[in-house]
Amino acid sequence: MKKTVIDLLLLENKQLNKDNFLLKLQSPVPVSDIFPGQFVNVEIKDAQEIFLRRPFSVLDVDYQAQTITLLVKILGRGSKKLTEAQPGVQISTILPLGKSFTLPEKDDHILLIGGGSGVAPMLFLAKLCGLDPENVHVLIGARSITDHIDIEEYKPFGNFYFTTEDGSLGEKGYVTNHPVFTNKLNEFTKIYTCGPDLMMKAIGRIALENKLFCEVSLENMMACGFGVCLCCVEDTKAGHKCVCTDGPVFNVNDLKW
Amino acid sequence: MVNLGIKIHELDFKNPIMLASGTCGFGEEIADFLDLSRLGGIVVKGTTLKHREGNAYPRMAETPSGMLNAVGLQNKGVDNFIANIYPRIKDIDTHIIVNVNGSTIEDYVALTERLNELDKIPAIELNISCPNVKEGGMAFGISCPSAEAVVKAVRKVYSKTLIVKLSPNVTNIADIAKAVESQGADSVSLINTLLGMAVNAETRKPVLSTITGGLSGPAIKPIALRMVWQVYNAVKIPVMGMGGIMNATDAIEFMIAGASTVQIGTAIFIDPTIPVQIVDGLALYMERHKMQSVSELIGSLQC
Ligand SMILES: Cc1cc2nc3c(=O)[nH]c(=O)nc-3n(C[C@H](O)[C@H](O)[C@H](O)COP(=O)(O)OP(=O)(O)OC[C@H]3O[C@@H](n4cnc5c(N)ncnc54)[C@H](O)[C@@H]3O)c2cc1C
Ligand SMILES: Cc1cc2nc3c(=O)[nH]c(=O)nc-3n(C[C@H](O)[C@H](O)[C@H](O)COP(=O)(O)O)c2cc1C
Ligand code: FES
Repeated sequence: MKKTVIDLLLLENKQLNKDNFLLKLQSPVPVSDIFPGQFVNVEIKDAQEIFLRRPFSVLDVDYQAQTITLLVKILGRGSKKLTEAQPGVQISTILPLGKSFTLPEKDDHILLIGGGSGVAPMLFLAKLCGLDPENVHVLIGARSITDHIDIEEYKPFGNFYFTTEDGSLGEKGYVTNHPVFTNKLNEFTKIYTCGPDLMMKAIGRIALENKLFCEVSLENMMACGFGVCLCCVEDTKAGHKCVCTDGPVFNVNDLKW
Repeated sequence: MVNLGIKIHELDFKNPIMLASGTCGFGEEIADFLDLSRLGGIVVKGTTLKHREGNAYPRMAETPSGMLNAVGLQNKGVDNFIANIYPRIKDIDTHIIVNVNGSTIEDYVALTERLNELDKIPAIELNISCPNVKEGGMAFGISCPSAEAVVKAVRKVYSKTLIVKLSPNVTNIADIAKAVESQGADSVSLINTLLGMAVNAETRKPVLSTITGGLSGPAIKPIALRMVWQVYNAVKIPVMGMGGIMNATDAIEFMIAGASTVQIGTAIFIDPTIPVQIVDGLALYMERHKMQSVSELIGSLQC
């Protein structure tokens, strides 16, 4: 998988709710293989005081149409500017970056837990994992129904569960309070998660206590995204590792959580 | 065809465009993006005698037109470089230069001696300007006597091309340049990062784990240009210029101010194909200005 710097054409920019947008980008050449957990580094043009690219996980790839979909949540200036882009503009990206989640094996029973924009790689993994949807369980957490990311087209790939902190949708509380997590955790052979740090840490620690396979996708601050600046390091049991090249996906066993 | 070749000490560079230490890994990390053999040289990641974990995360803060870093020379040490990395990169058809770091003069000397054994490393860049380590580093580069002492000691054990990388965090960079020239440096490279700082107003905490860090990128370009010009006018040895070079025009400006070669650093993070585009841009510029050789450009500032 050769990494490239490439301009993609913004085909579609769809607002899902107040802060979340789906961006569909088209490549002028066939898209190289991209797996769940991998990301692209996006240049934000003509924005004041934005100098570095911004990393975003890939939500989906359509090899036939040569498109890549990103889920962008407004966090600060860069993400905001990106969500304001109009279809028809070219967006410079570097891709594919990082290592993907370990794909499950045939008889695995998996739990995917996404929070915030972290649902993007979870939905991609649900779609690509190749398991019977019966054995794929997707738990999505949000603050409130207004932040909830509902993308119907992924529903056929698994069983979906929701939590919101204010109880406006699904179970009230955090993902770790949901019955599928509190009661059924040991039924899963693999747990995958992407979302806010505190959420992933809570899940990771419980997985460690229960000796469950658990992979998390970290979002450390990046300058380059391809392993040359050493700015994005995570302090792992094996020393400082680059989140952009050794990750962003890590097994919790390797982290100092 | 214009001739982009340039000689530094005894080394012929195919063109004046090099990659700056700490911003291009060992070259191989960016080989997907560009043909490394089209470059004049690559200054690989800062190396120390022993393995270093570097500073704690967070190590980076974006700033207007630039960034602060506090990596702190994370590297696996010279033994690992010689055993594992050197064999993989030694046949890249460009000059591979190692950026040498130490906490004591003895460290610098011991590390240099190890690198002296390597046939395909024709030069070292002595980093006496790293702002992100507690001992050594920049401490050597901010006073004339200590800069002289380290260069003198290294010069004794190193006969190949010796480049000394200067810190901009000084009152008069030309004095430091003259001091290292007097001890036998073959070239000086400048500038390393400028000491800076970022604060989070919400948390009232520093953004970097080390509180202060090194500023790079276009934000520092005017300062770098000024320093290159001052040093060019103060010493006879060739100057390697860097600091915020983002495109061919920036590179050409540094050469006009007196740089014989230029190094591309932070720009690689934004677009790793840029260095080769700069080589092409320089050639086009020279054709347009009817120049046969880059020596016509170097120091051609018309005041
Ligand atoms: C591997 C990876 C995958 C990601 N995937 C997605 C995704 O699919 N969808 C999505 O919406 N977001 C994703 N992010 C986070 C996204 O990169 C940041 O939200 C974005 O960079 C913020 O930029 P900004 O200019 O809007 O924020 P800024 O104004 O720069 O900063 C606002 C806040 O964003 C945080 N931030 C800034 N840069 C980063 C960064 N590089 N990583 C994490 N936090 C940052 C800062 O801590 C700050 O608190 C991912 C990050 C990584 C590292
Ligand atoms: C992340 C990062 C790491 C760096 N590491 C080193 C290093 O190990 N040794 C060194 O001499 N300079 C190091 N530098 C400094 C650069 O080589 C260069 O001098 C400086 O960044 C100015 O050039 P630029 O603005 O083009 O980046 C580093 C710079 C950055 C941004
Ligand atoms: S972001 Fe540069 S090494 Fe990871």
